[in-house]
Amino acid sequence: MSFVWTLAEQHEGRLKDVSFELLGRGRALADKLDTKLASLLIGDGVTHDQLESLVRRGADEVYAIQDPRLAHFVCETYSNVLVHLIETYEPSVILAAATSMGRTLMPHVAVRTHAGLTADCTELDIEPGTGNLLQTRPAIGGNIMATIKTPDHRPQMATVRPKSSRPLPDDPERVGKVIEVPLIDALVDERVRVTGYRRDTGDFVNLEEADVVIAGGRGMKKAENFGLLRAVADELGGVLGASRDAIDRGWLSYPHQIGLSGKTISPRLILTAGISGSIQFLAGIKTSETIVAINNDPDANLHQVADFGIVGDLFEVLPELQRRLHRRRQGGPA
Amino acid sequence: MHIVVPIKQVPESGNVKMDPKTGTMIRAGVNTVVNPLDLYAIEAALQLREAHGGTVTVVTMGPKAADKALREALAMGCDDGVLVSDRAFAGADTWATSYTLARVIAKIGAFDLIVCGERATDGDTGQVGPGIAGWLDLPLATYVATITEVDPARGRLTVERLVEEGYQVLELPLPALLTVVKEVAAPRLPTLRGKKRAKVTEIPLYDSGNLDLEPTYLGLKGSPTKVVKVATPKVTRSGTVVRALDEAGVAAAVDQLVAFLDERGLIPAARPADGPPSGGTARAPTGTAADTGGRP
Repeated sequence: MSFVWTLAEQHEGRLKDVSFELLGRGRALADKLDTKLASLLIGDGVTHDQLESLVRRGADEVYAIQDPRLAHFVCETYSNVLVHLIETYEPSVILAAATSMGRTLMPHVAVRTHAGLTADCTELDIEPGTGNLLQTRPAIGGNIMATIKTPDHRPQMATVRPKSSRPLPDDPERVGKVIEVPLIDALVDERVRVTGYRRDTGDFVNLEEADVVIAGGRGMKKAENFGLLRAVADELGGVLGASRDAIDRGWLSYPHQIGLSGKTISPRLILTAGISGSIQFLAGIKTSETIVAINNDPDANLHQVADFGIVGDLFEVLPELQRRLHRRRQGGPA
Repeated sequence: MHIVVPIKQVPESGNVKMDPKTGTMIRAGVNTVVNPLDLYAIEAALQLREAHGGTVTVVTMGPKAADKALREALAMGCDDGVLVSDRAFAGADTWATSYTLARVIAKIGAFDLIVCGERATDGDTGQVGPGIAGWLDLPLATYVATITEVDPARGRLTVERLVEEGYQVLELPLPALLTVVKEVAAPRLPTLRGKKRAKVTEIPLYDSGNLDLEPTYLGLKGSPTKVVKVATPKVTRSGTVVRALDEAGVAAAVDQLVAFLDERGLIPAARPADGPPSGGTARAPTGTAADTGGRP
């Protein structure tokens, strides 16, 4: 089997985008190590065509362990399956996404296999000479970047932030194998049961997997004013986020919170309005690709870290921005 | 119920200073606090105790001075504290830390539940909680936002965990391990009475002398991961800042912003001229108004 593995993720039989982002990372490492790259899928109901798409996006081999008992992520069973595969095939590197699944499963597996694990990596490389995986991650609220390696233990495991890299293009010429691996009954742990999902449709957001996030803070003044942000979000294909201040005032629900006690995100664009930018908030957005700030205080921290800042009244700037974007997207002049 | 809450003492986040020469954190003179995300775990444990009776034990591993974090938790109402401190434990990564804490918790004795914060605000890994569950083979639920039901008689627990798609509802047998997020409970403040009690509570010390530990699993030496380099990233970006002081200023600033977004390819393609207003393909990948959520 291959020496570099990435862990694909699915929900209700559909592969998640992060599966392809990981393959882009894994491909670069496998090429440097001159070894093969495999994608592992633990789940249920993912079609053969979707599994083939993992090959087209960089995998040499795809191992699919599918069973109705694996339809939902349950740490104990998934951990048993992954530990069994690791002991059987002894991979050198395993990459998973820093999602609710990856961040739960990987530390559980790491203690059981005596592996090194680094959380939330933003850069991965191979050390010349030794072939060790070099894992770079932000720590202490993004104030430092630490590079970490696991010299004496295998596998070397890492979780990687969703959206922190681009997937490889879909290449229909790429060839690879898709191998279906049956689930061994003895690996199923029935102690924890998933009894359902609750999704509050009006007020739920998947911040970590969004390309564009439009976030508001105390300067929005009241919940009703988030409509201004929503209008801009609609034009840019974005989702709504908020600072802790706004969440604690009840203007949006907790899943929208960005920062140290909320989500850490790496979108292509974060546009903030009425957020001054506490250290705790900045820790949650530091790895974003583009940061835009709208704030009437020229000394606001966010203006120091933004790629583009407007010092002005958000109640004038946001409607104007929405109008321009709207006209622009209708094909008219901006 | 006997509930164990592992906590960590961390530098106060507003206070972190980096040594520009070495790129390491200056710890001297920095105020320390209980990891803010552990306060939610403490509060969840105290509420369970109030509803079902029992005791809450807080455990921390760190230098002797981490005693202060335990006393803060006692002042909030926790019953007992356990300090885990030994030179041999220093420099432990999450693998070695979760091993040591798991051995300590096993020694403390029978428990029904372990409640952990989601992660610590300094190391920021969130790996120790799931690691302890791995060592002790305990049923695990991470990112718990609501503890819906606890039935100590049946030995079962129902929780909702915050995942990418919404809230996943799980039923677990006790004993179990939970990691919780902010939504689970609003932490109470320490009381005067609690502070007085915290001062006089005796805190036992666990070290390599009174624990049964595999010596090669401890501290820096027992850690599979090694830090090879620490760098301070540049804090500021060389961004453009535009002032929009009046109506003309706003128009000009927004012009520049739209041009900036366009240059970076961040404006989705135009919708088909006569397509339905919400059906453009440009909006499909990251969702539409229905996904943006928020209360109007």
